[in-house]
Amino acid sequence: MKYLYFPGCSLKSSGRSYEESLLSVLKKMNVGVEEIDDWNCCGATNYMAMNERNAIGITARNLALAEKQGKEDIMAPCAACYMGLLKTQKYIETEPKVKETVLTNLKKSGLEFENTSKVRHPLDIFINDISLDTIKDNVYAPLKGVKVACYYGCQLTRPYATFDDQRDPQSMENIVKALGGTPVEWPIKTRCCSGSMTSTVSEIGLRMSYLILKEAKDRGADVMITACPLCQFNLECFQGKMSGKYGENVKMPVMYFTQLMGMAFGLDKKELGLHRMLSPELSLS
Amino acid sequence: MSNQKEEIRIGYYVCHCGHNIAGVIDVKSVAEYCAKLPNVVVAREYKYMCSDPGQELIQKDIKELNLNRVVVASCSPLLHESTFRGATSKAGLNQFYMQMVNIRENASWVHESKEEATEKAKDLSRAAIHRVAFNKALEKKKVPVNPTALVVGGGIAGIAAAMSLANAGKKVYLVEKDPTIGGYMAKFDKTFPTLDCAACILTPKMSSVLKHPNITLLSYSEVSEVEGYVGNYKIKVTRKPRYVKEELCVGCYDCITACTFKEGKFPDEFNFGLSKRKPVYIPFPQATPLVAVIDEKTCIHFKTGKCPQTCAKACERNAIDFTQKPEVVELNVGVVILTTGFQPFDAKKASNYGYGKYPNVFTSLEVERLVNASGPTEGHVVLRDGVTHPKSIGIIHCVGSRDEKTNKWCSRVCCMYSLKLAHLLKEHSGAEIYNFYIDMRTPGKGYEEFYDKLLNEGVQFIRGRVAEVNDWATTPEEKGKLLIRAEDTMIGMVRRIPVDMVVLAVGLEPGKDAQEIRKMFNISCSNEGFFLERHPKLAPVDTFTEGVFIAGACQGPKDIPDSVAQAGAAAAQALALIDTGHVELEPNTAFITEERCCGCQVCVAMCPYTAISFDPVKKASSINEALCKGCGTCVAACGSNAITQNLFTDVEIMSEIDGILIN
Amino acid sequence: MTNMNTEQWSPKIVAFFCNWCTYTASDLAGVSRLRYAPSTRVIRVMCSGRIDPEFIMEAFAKGADGVLIGGCHPGDCHYSEGNYKCLRRYDLLQRYIEQMGIDTRRLRLEWISAAEGKKLQEVVNEMTNTLKEIGPSKIKHVVETIEK
Repeated sequence: MKYLYFPGCSLKSSGRSYEESLLSVLKKMNVGVEEIDDWNCCGATNYMAMNERNAIGITARNLALAEKQGKEDIMAPCAACYMGLLKTQKYIETEPKVKETVLTNLKKSGLEFENTSKVRHPLDIFINDISLDTIKDNVYAPLKGVKVACYYGCQLTRPYATFDDQRDPQSMENIVKALGGTPVEWPIKTRCCSGSMTSTVSEIGLRMSYLILKEAKDRGADVMITACPLCQFNLECFQGKMSGKYGENVKMPVMYFTQLMGMAFGLDKKELGLHRMLSPELSLS
Repeated sequence: MSNQKEEIRIGYYVCHCGHNIAGVIDVKSVAEYCAKLPNVVVAREYKYMCSDPGQELIQKDIKELNLNRVVVASCSPLLHESTFRGATSKAGLNQFYMQMVNIRENASWVHESKEEATEKAKDLSRAAIHRVAFNKALEKKKVPVNPTALVVGGGIAGIAAAMSLANAGKKVYLVEKDPTIGGYMAKFDKTFPTLDCAACILTPKMSSVLKHPNITLLSYSEVSEVEGYVGNYKIKVTRKPRYVKEELCVGCYDCITACTFKEGKFPDEFNFGLSKRKPVYIPFPQATPLVAVIDEKTCIHFKTGKCPQTCAKACERNAIDFTQKPEVVELNVGVVILTTGFQPFDAKKASNYGYGKYPNVFTSLEVERLVNASGPTEGHVVLRDGVTHPKSIGIIHCVGSRDEKTNKWCSRVCCMYSLKLAHLLKEHSGAEIYNFYIDMRTPGKGYEEFYDKLLNEGVQFIRGRVAEVNDWATTPEEKGKLLIRAEDTMIGMVRRIPVDMVVLAVGLEPGKDAQEIRKMFNISCSNEGFFLERHPKLAPVDTFTEGVFIAGACQGPKDIPDSVAQAGAAAAQALALIDTGHVELEPNTAFITEERCCGCQVCVAMCPYTAISFDPVKKASSINEALCKGCGTCVAACGSNAITQNLFTDVEIMSEIDGILIN
Repeated sequence: MTNMNTEQWSPKIVAFFCNWCTYTASDLAGVSRLRYAPSTRVIRVMCSGRIDPEFIMEAFAKGADGVLIGGCHPGDCHYSEGNYKCLRRYDLLQRYIEQMGIDTRRLRLEWISAAEGKKLQEVVNEMTNTLKEIGPSKIKHVVETIEK
């Protein structure tokens, strides 16, 4: 089993611990990963909003590079990258004019592109390729009694993902169960964390993130896991500010689902990037 | 006859079809072009060839100009071939000397360029003119029609169709897969817009079916095999074992009372799981036939073999028989009416509405049972806990309808039944009712008036698709409630409305066995999976298989009045076929020229109907015409060109190919 | 045949459609007013199983740029299995025409059900575009030369 890895910008910077934990967990399960050579920005967020055509063009370059490198599926851990790549594939498939422009431009830079690669999120890979049984087999310290709120964010499953229910996904819940933990059933796991609004319109942005943390806490979660670097950042970094602003302590560990997996697998803290955490540490008794 | 070199005299007619053809194709130039082709004696254009004057034009020419071949370029032969064949034969010419050219569906309706469409019309006409010279005079074979009908599906459409046929004196077999007839209508409380009690109008019809001397009811049975052709179908029906002898059981409930299970334990299908039943049960008090059934999946006897069989001991008539096996009944019928109905959309698929997750999210069908006086709560509207009365209820329209993610079509009945349920829920519970709709669709007699009535009853209407239902309470008052989030497009805002109960107005889908039935009866389905009618307007209850008709929701979502009307139409079509007494079959069967047959028997293996047999003495194969269905597969397989298919001979098809390509 | 301008040139496709599925689909495309390239010339047969390989070769020999066969989906054949017979012949024919130097893209088999007017539109447009890329067939010319 091998995948072509598209890290995107976050996993090399603010979301380093996502990359560290993901690669460690995959290594533990003997899954090979090969980074796509010379990858560039996925074109997400502002670029996609301001100049969709160009954004699609640069995303397509990544897809073309992957095709050149191999026939394996592409693994895109960041929710924004994942959605951006899928969106690009969809546009190229259904919009002949977009396809023509993209192909022409790629050709100019010496790239052929057939749009044949499959883009996969690690959750999809864990559940459907690796299997929950294999995950169970790797558990060293079961998460006994740990209540986990699984938070997907808004762009991981919607609108393109087909590996899970778009409105009520269960992939992370199933992984938590396989790790011996207890997922918390809650209604807002695909609600927006506010994205980049925490820094642009922080009044609104902070409140959106706060509501998510509060609901998870109210439902008795000990820890929240995410599969998106921006969600993780928003929910982790401003906990103190939110608690003060809204007069309610919403401090809780917010980590990547791969970090939680790594903990249950008994991997070293450093391997999982846990030393970089800002939110309270999850202690496993 | 074909040896004699007869002079071929062709009349060519191109139809304007108003603007349908002439608006795109230059019919004048096509006619002028065809007039110059070999063997063409006359070429005319006319506004409507299918009209009486159009047909008379052909007949006049046949007589006056001594035509012996006719080519009509107009619409699809599937639509008007019989019309022009009729016109030809009325003028004394064999009907198969007429060849049709499809320049409407295949040209003028699908092409933009007038030049290219006209070119295409010329090519196709030339092909037909080439071909028709080789057409042979044939006779249609008449076969008698068995005057017995089969109706598959015992819902309201099936009941109505069976009754019409039976009242007309025809023998009818009515096959129903469930233990009772009545279908979904039997589960409803009231019907819109008149608020008639569904049971009061349906159950008398159900018992008439049972009592009718011309109807044989085969309940708890399914069609398992279909053979034959129009007028002469051989149908195998599998009767599932009830483990209760139908002819002995009187429906006294003694066995049910005596069952080892003191209380019902298994979800009751009739009440959509809102109540429990025992392994031995009668679906509902007016079940027809009123015969108990034992469910082998839940009965202890079948699961462990260690049941005291108290039910059997309690039955004074010894009707219980654990040894029953599936039994196959063979029926010979002339016509078939399919009324196999629909299935409701599985509300769990719309995961954002929380059905199956939040107990107080109900489907509309469950609510039909809740408001029903003979339902599990005797008409009391209570939440899933069985005691709490809801004070506010949200009804969400278009669940599994008009939705790109689930089903794109409008299910046609949900707006009206949601209004009906709103009325009934308000009447039974006094709760505040909210209807969330995209568009209110009430096209029917008295339907809009019913909507008006509801508007005046104080029911709330919010125009906008509901985004989600969840239990995300943000204030203490919201705790324990369900929150409906929807866009209110009238005020341009997102609203969040807390309610105690949510009702999902689920849409109608093709039945889950629709594909199997379709294959058995050799009919088609439209894209969404409902049975396809032969023509949406002119043959709405016919199918592409002669003698098989469709009615009710198996053809598409429809309400009770429409289902009954369609059932009547299907019955009338079936009666017309039966009363004609015979059908004329297309003479497109194949035959083998013995002298040419080399006896290789390749054709024998080709035939799916075992119509071809090999005579070892003559060392040649021959085709049994009665068994041949006329596909022509053997013809294409024959290495020595010994097989000919009437209507589609090699020379006819070859001349058509040449005609297309040789300018 | 002279001055063949590839921009304006439109291929000619002889299309054999079975009566029950694909011919009906083409009627449906008509009734639904789905626009497609005016390249096909339809010949109706009762079943795709009736299509003799000779018909296809005749069409190529007489100048067809392409031959399209339309039948019912597997399992849906009005005559149970005629479409499977057609598929087998098609597979063999593909190999045969390749050996004869005919581009295999000139012969296409598609399962198009009575409800798939849209698919018919797509298939015809797609095949027309492919044939425009390949250009006019020279088979007729070759055959004529040999016959001389």
